[in-house]
Amino acid sequence: MGSIYNALIEIVGEDYASNRQEELFTYSKDLGTSEPQWPEYVVAPKTTEAVQKIVRLANKEKIAIVPLGGGMTLAGLALPLKGGITIDMKRMEKIIEVNESGRYMVVEAGVSQGKITSYLHKHHPHLMHSEPGAPPAATVGGNLSIHGQGDLAHPYGFNSDMVNGLEVILPTGEIARFGSCAIDSGWYTMHPLPDLGLFLGWNGSTGIITKVSLRLFPNKKIREMDLFAVENEALIPEILYELTHVGFSEDLVAFSSEIPPMMNKLHSISIVITGDSEEEIEFKRHLIFDVKLSKYIRSGVGGIAAVSQDRQRPQISKSADWKKGGGFEYVGAIMPVSAYPECYRRGAEISARHDIPYTVLGRVIGSSHGMMFSWSYAFNRADPETVRHAREALHETDEQVMELNGTIWKPAVFGQKLMMDRMDTNTLQLMKKVKNLLDPNGIMNPGNWEVGQ
Amino acid sequence: MYELKFDEDICFACGTYDCLVKCQHLELDPDMAGIEIEKIIHSEDSFVLHDCVTCYACEEYCPNGNHPFYLIVQKQEELNIFPLPEPLIKQGVQMGIPFRGEPEIQEINGKALNMGVFSQLTNRVQGRLFEGLTIMSDDPRKMFHYFCQLMYLHYGKTSVINERLKKVIDTIAAHKVTEVVHFHDECFGTYTSYAPAFGIDVPFKSIHLFEYLFNKLEELKSDIKPLNYKVAYQRPCSSRLSSDKHRFVSKIFDLIGVEPVDREYVDENAMCCGATIMGQKKEGSRQYCAEIQRKNIEDMKSAGAQICVFNCPACMQTLGKPVSKTGIMPLFMSDLCRLAIGEKVA
Amino acid sequence: MTFMEYKYKDSIHRCFRCGYCKFPTDWGTVTNCPSYARYRMESYSAGGRLWLIRAWLNDELQWSEHLAKIVYSCVSCKNCVEKCPLSFRDDLVNMVIAAKTEMVEMGMLPKPVKSFLQNVQLHGNPYGIAAKKRADWMVGLEIQPYQGQEFLYYVGCEGSFDNRAQSAARATAKLLLKSGISFGVLGVNEISDGNEVEMLGEDGLLEDLAKKNIRQFSDLGVKNIIALSPHSYNVFKNRYPDFEGRFNVFHYTQILSELIKTGKLSAPDKSEMRITFHDPCFLGRWNQEYDAPRKVLRALKGIDLAEMQRNKKGALCCGGGAGNFLTDFLGGSDESPARIRVREARDVKADILAVACPNCLTMLEDAVKVEGLEDEIKVLDISEIFCQA
Repeated sequence: MGSIYNALIEIVGEDYASNRQEELFTYSKDLGTSEPQWPEYVVAPKTTEAVQKIVRLANKEKIAIVPLGGGMTLAGLALPLKGGITIDMKRMEKIIEVNESGRYMVVEAGVSQGKITSYLHKHHPHLMHSEPGAPPAATVGGNLSIHGQGDLAHPYGFNSDMVNGLEVILPTGEIARFGSCAIDSGWYTMHPLPDLGLFLGWNGSTGIITKVSLRLFPNKKIREMDLFAVENEALIPEILYELTHVGFSEDLVAFSSEIPPMMNKLHSISIVITGDSEEEIEFKRHLIFDVKLSKYIRSGVGGIAAVSQDRQRPQISKSADWKKGGGFEYVGAIMPVSAYPECYRRGAEISARHDIPYTVLGRVIGSSHGMMFSWSYAFNRADPETVRHAREALHETDEQVMELNGTIWKPAVFGQKLMMDRMDTNTLQLMKKVKNLLDPNGIMNPGNWEVGQ
Repeated sequence: MYELKFDEDICFACGTYDCLVKCQHLELDPDMAGIEIEKIIHSEDSFVLHDCVTCYACEEYCPNGNHPFYLIVQKQEELNIFPLPEPLIKQGVQMGIPFRGEPEIQEINGKALNMGVFSQLTNRVQGRLFEGLTIMSDDPRKMFHYFCQLMYLHYGKTSVINERLKKVIDTIAAHKVTEVVHFHDECFGTYTSYAPAFGIDVPFKSIHLFEYLFNKLEELKSDIKPLNYKVAYQRPCSSRLSSDKHRFVSKIFDLIGVEPVDREYVDENAMCCGATIMGQKKEGSRQYCAEIQRKNIEDMKSAGAQICVFNCPACMQTLGKPVSKTGIMPLFMSDLCRLAIGEKVA
Repeated sequence: MTFMEYKYKDSIHRCFRCGYCKFPTDWGTVTNCPSYARYRMESYSAGGRLWLIRAWLNDELQWSEHLAKIVYSCVSCKNCVEKCPLSFRDDLVNMVIAAKTEMVEMGMLPKPVKSFLQNVQLHGNPYGIAAKKRADWMVGLEIQPYQGQEFLYYVGCEGSFDNRAQSAARATAKLLLKSGISFGVLGVNEISDGNEVEMLGEDGLLEDLAKKNIRQFSDLGVKNIIALSPHSYNVFKNRYPDFEGRFNVFHYTQILSELIKTGKLSAPDKSEMRITFHDPCFLGRWNQEYDAPRKVLRALKGIDLAEMQRNKKGALCCGGGAGNFLTDFLGGSDESPARIRVREARDVKADILAVACPNCLTMLEDAVKVEGLEDEIKVLDISEIFCQA
């Protein structure tokens, strides 16, 4: 034990390695309902080389390592399930390059989403990245590890579809690159080979992402959020289909919540429109509201609840404190858009049974190709009963997702098992083979997505 | 339940039908108007019920105080001809439900300033003009207990107003107030126009904010330095319910040395902010709302206004940004008055 | 104290550790919490600290020196209060101070904190220097003792005893003398104002100091106070009324601003000088005063006033608050906040890093030296800039 600690200090310096109760306690906690899982060490390296040394040490000592970004998955995915070393990646936060004409930026994976938004706003205001719904302290690497989606999901897909290149430290300690950067041609494309698709969405269990080339997209001068409301949830899929036919929205999110009472049993669609001029914005509003959605308005089943609302980036959310309890966790699932009505109904029912005000939302991905549907369950951190209820509600929801033929996005161990139980056996076996090939010593975030557990 | 004190004979005897003829949003000559008002009175379908933009102006236009607008809203509900889509109505009705516990009732035994549902705007009622006035409803969590409900006139829902208003009146009265100055013009209209029209008893005296401000400014006259601004006034829909108090606008302007610009949309011809028109069911409502807003603001601009003086927070919320984009400064009347006595406004 | 006795027992669990508190107002970096900037471990972030405090008070964790260091590494800069979106944010720094108070009551304190408090108790200043030396800073200046003049010029402990800060105390006094305003000082009778003492959790000692000061001020007929330090300004303005001490309190830059406006003070020529201003936490985030120092600086003839990326509400604290200018929990690294800050001043190519607080003055000047930037940047108090020909 002593020698591992000394070795870590040797790598990162005394200030950035700890085996003290205070750090171990802090890093044992997920912000959601997961039970604490204590690491034995915590380190905060600053360079790829330092991370590499830590990985090699872990292989030598056969001790688990868990890379941690912002810790915002709320599914315990960065908790050390088998002890070991938690590697806090957030000191690796350099913005290395922004290529304006190629519309990409190369960053270290521990950089926060907020820093990227701020940097681009100041230095490259015509460019933006897809900012996930998590607080701005979330990191790029963490988000890609879970196939996150952000506020550009409708036009451009998952955040992991917006990657032009990766640098990864393999579980055995080698540094590898994928995409055009692997043949030293710059960082402008991920496809074709050598893009092996082995690290995005693998929850940090196949390697540690250290550098990312992120696609950037046009950022227009004016951004507004408009809201369209309906009472009948069955209308949501068709309205979203219509809206995705029009195109022109930057972000489409359908949501409903019991609190505040204003929103209860109503469904709002937040439609973000951008433009470089008032004419452009008005043109888009016209196509969306006066042309596409007017039949709903005239028949009285849908209405424009608000227009020209401010849309801040980074987005600020106060939802964590709804039960005045400092906590919530959500099941996020990738669902067909057609499943929205049933997802809402089941979520409302589960919430009611657990005495939690229901909160659901669905963010459209692509042209209604799917949606990230989330069921949020708030709890009071000081009241273990509410934590239990939230946990049970989450597990029931995971099961409902499977029943509805959905896919659980970033599941915790409970949900991982549900997914694996249903998975094609050959696919599952291939996952196992890949994992064993990459990580023969089983040190890379063990316990997550472990086949044959 | 409460009945609207409406006398149909007055309407039948009316030769001018000002309520409908003067309407800025519908085209009716006196003959048409006579026909349509009769249909409305007899609970028959009339295009007026479908196309009314709910600007409240006809309450002022009626020379007989016979409440044509309250009648229209009642009939809309009776005939299921709601101006807004159902989800927006439900949203509006649900919005008024208090859900953050009961209010703290502290006995005031005197004059109070009622913030209604604008508890977040206490910054607008600071300084010497408001000294000695106890503020009621300054807690945003409890403000819906003080919600005057009159907003539901835009929703075709007098039933909701009538269901909830007594409890709100009781809450205010429980503070043992003698006189209540209402921050929101619409609250004043509720207690001095709507409540009497429906026979709802109000056990406190209501004072219009502008009357209060004018009297206060008179007391502090020696501290007033003329501001010398050119101003436009955005007259809210609710002002139509208390048209006798509208005169305080020009009285205040005179006293504080600002010049109201010579523009089209003033006094009886004022243009509503359009907030509730935008979402209406009638085809073209969104564009119509944008058009009247544009005309209103252009009118202010071309008349040379430097400041747009607001009465109503909803108008400010709707028009404040577009007004300021044209270089005109949006200001609440209370803040303008504070500037006149040399105070700094946050 | 049991958890049930903790003043914030109903709200401390509401921190979600969402991390907004790490950022400045423009979201440009995650290092705007000074202790998190220094240590980059979640335990040192505002949210991490609150979770640890709650666990300790709930007996989930035992007290340790490391825990005490984490708690005392909070320098009360209020960046977290500024950035937290939730309704209990105003209490965030108070939650930490209440935990410090518990450690004070237990007598379980880091050594530097213990010395700080004992020195204030015994000598009226945290340095432990004899009180009779408190007036040494004004030797050679024609400053009158306070005897009913319009203003009391309150110098504070740093201005009285620290070599570097004494220069700011003198410069401010010279400007007040030059402008002809009526003021006097307490000299050797001055004692600590109590601001840092409160930030360190010793609320009993604060009350003691406050009452002594209020008695002295009242006996002398003090109505108006000019404070050299924003820390003094803060406690006189916001806490002394709780002990029935009500005075008109000004920071010296507010007075200079008025004097310049009314023509009683003229500004020297600073053309070809690029100056950047570092907002002190106790003037800025604690008291929303961002303008007066800038008005004073803008009066300098020919000045080129540059703003650092993180300024005003988003300024990065120098790390000297809550007694840390002496207890030094955030030093010893090139990621110490003071060193980060002077690098930011260098990045805007400032010749002068202007400050309006003796804490900032000493912290940032030391940082310039450690960074090897003496030839590039001078750290000067605004009063010193005005006194230079």
